Amino acid sequence: MAARIPLVLLACGSFNPITNQHMRLFELARDHMHLTGQYQVVGGIVSPVGDGYGKQGLVSAKHRVAMAKVALQTSDWVSVGDWESQQPDWTETVVTMRYHYGQIAKQYQRRIEALNNAPQESALCKPQLKLLCGADFLDTFHVPGLWRDEHVEEVVGRFGLVCVSRGRQQPDQAVHESDLLSRHRANIFMVREWVRNETSATEVRRALRRGLSVKYLLPDDVIEYIHAHGLYTHKTELKNKGIKLRPLTKQGLLD
Amino acid sequence: MEPMERIKVVLLACGSFNPITNMHLRMFELARDHLEDTGKYKVVQGLISPVGDAYKKKGLIEAHHRVQMARLATESSGWIRVNDWESQQSEWVETAKVVRHHHSELLTTLQNDDEVDTVKSFKRKRLEEPECMVQGSSGCSTRKDMPQLKLLCGADVLESFGVPNLWKPEDIAEIVSRYGIVCITRGDSDADRFIQQSDVLWENRKNIFVTREWVTNDISATHVRRALRRGQSVRYLLPDPVLRYIQERGLYSAESEKKNAGVTLAPLQRYSTTS
Repeated sequence: MAARIPLVLLACGSFNPITNQHMRLFELARDHMHLTGQYQVVGGIVSPVGDGYGKQGLVSAKHRVAMAKVALQTSDWVSVGDWESQQPDWTETVVTMRYHYGQIAKQYQRRIEALNNAPQESALCKPQLKLLCGADFLDTFHVPGLWRDEHVEEVVGRFGLVCVSRGRQQPDQAVHESDLLSRHRANIFMVREWVRNETSATEVRRALRRGLSVKYLLPDDVIEYIHAHGLYTHKTELKNKGIKLRPLTKQGLLD
Repeated sequence: MEPMERIKVVLLACGSFNPITNMHLRMFELARDHLEDTGKYKVVQGLISPVGDAYKKKGLIEAHHRVQMARLATESSGWIRVNDWESQQSEWVETAKVVRHHHSELLTTLQNDDEVDTVKSFKRKRLEEPECMVQGSSGCSTRKDMPQLKLLCGADVLESFGVPNLWKPEDIAEIVSRYGIVCITRGDSDADRFIQQSDVLWENRKNIFVTREWVTNDISATHVRRALRRGQSVRYLLPDPVLRYIQERGLYSAESEKKNAGVTLAPLQRYSTTS
């Protein structure tokens, strides 16, 4: 029986704020990848984007990281990676992936050396890192200036995607319509969430601005944090208004 | 309107709660926000009343588990509570009866509070309008401090009014005219049309609050049970304490889902055998 490949799932995003839906992505992805028979999911990483991203309404990374930590404190396999948020400028997803993969590979190397076995002989397979995302993420590949082609190639081809779709989304369509994605079809794992749950951080922020309840959409502790720090008001939603998203200016892909 | 002048409301949700999920809990939050947003109401309590085992729904596990899970789920809530009266009855109880029961309980509590009160309240009672013990119009009590009891439900329950032999017409009439309904619907639901097409609902439309939930949240207990049977994760679909309770006891298996298979649902049994 072939040993399963150890797999770590990395989710990049604003997490503005983190919600139950984000954490569901990890649960669904893990179940799905186990069912393929090929993988053993050994870890999950939530990597909130840095403030340099410039998205409207993005509250400080310090808070977003803290809230994610609070939300995940009872998780025994998903943790928060704050490397990306600590970088001085916005960091391309592929760079973040390379960093985390480097960390995982180092750990693996140390374990191999400790066991004093050659990888082929031990049951310790080389781990993989895949990007965990929602189906809407696939559409972002089409947005002009947002992604470098070679980065998409590396994210999808070298690493791989685990893509969770919900509701009426047609992720197959996005793959079909892109030559690049189609070529790496085998490395794009589609997970279907049958429960229609369109709770999004955008909706949560909207509800908070309007003084409406968000209980049961995110952990109580995160809600407490939000109230304690006065986050997500009409004022915070205006932050970065009119500013161009950093990827569009940094990568110089648009004229 | 000052908060003091608002009409107090208690929301009562009846159902299987097999198991309770975040969706059930969200319903309460949405309903409260919606009612208080009108400026006229102050929601003072939420009540969860799990159905008794005699309902005989397929896959319905024992009431004491369902009650306990609901309790665990509402521990962190300052206003939602679980009531096990309905679940303790040996026969299935019509929803209208459950509503009536809780309404009279509310009244009794208030009366007991009055009796224990001091002279101050005795004087107050004298000066205020006389208590109206007669079940009059639209659930509004003439006691200023008596909360209105309203049935909280999803659009599916509203639409179930149309299912033959599931509800007694007089029960539907009583619920909507005397008490009122707060109905949580999805953005694309037909609740309004359903109300339009039913005379009794239409007549009492002022007593039916339709809360549109723009963000679809379909976490059904059926789905949760299915995922559990298949060993899939349901974390973040229901509160962690409820999940732990389920896991510790191995609730919701292929076997538990077969319970009551082939048995007729209690209301259908009762109403189709009555001439």
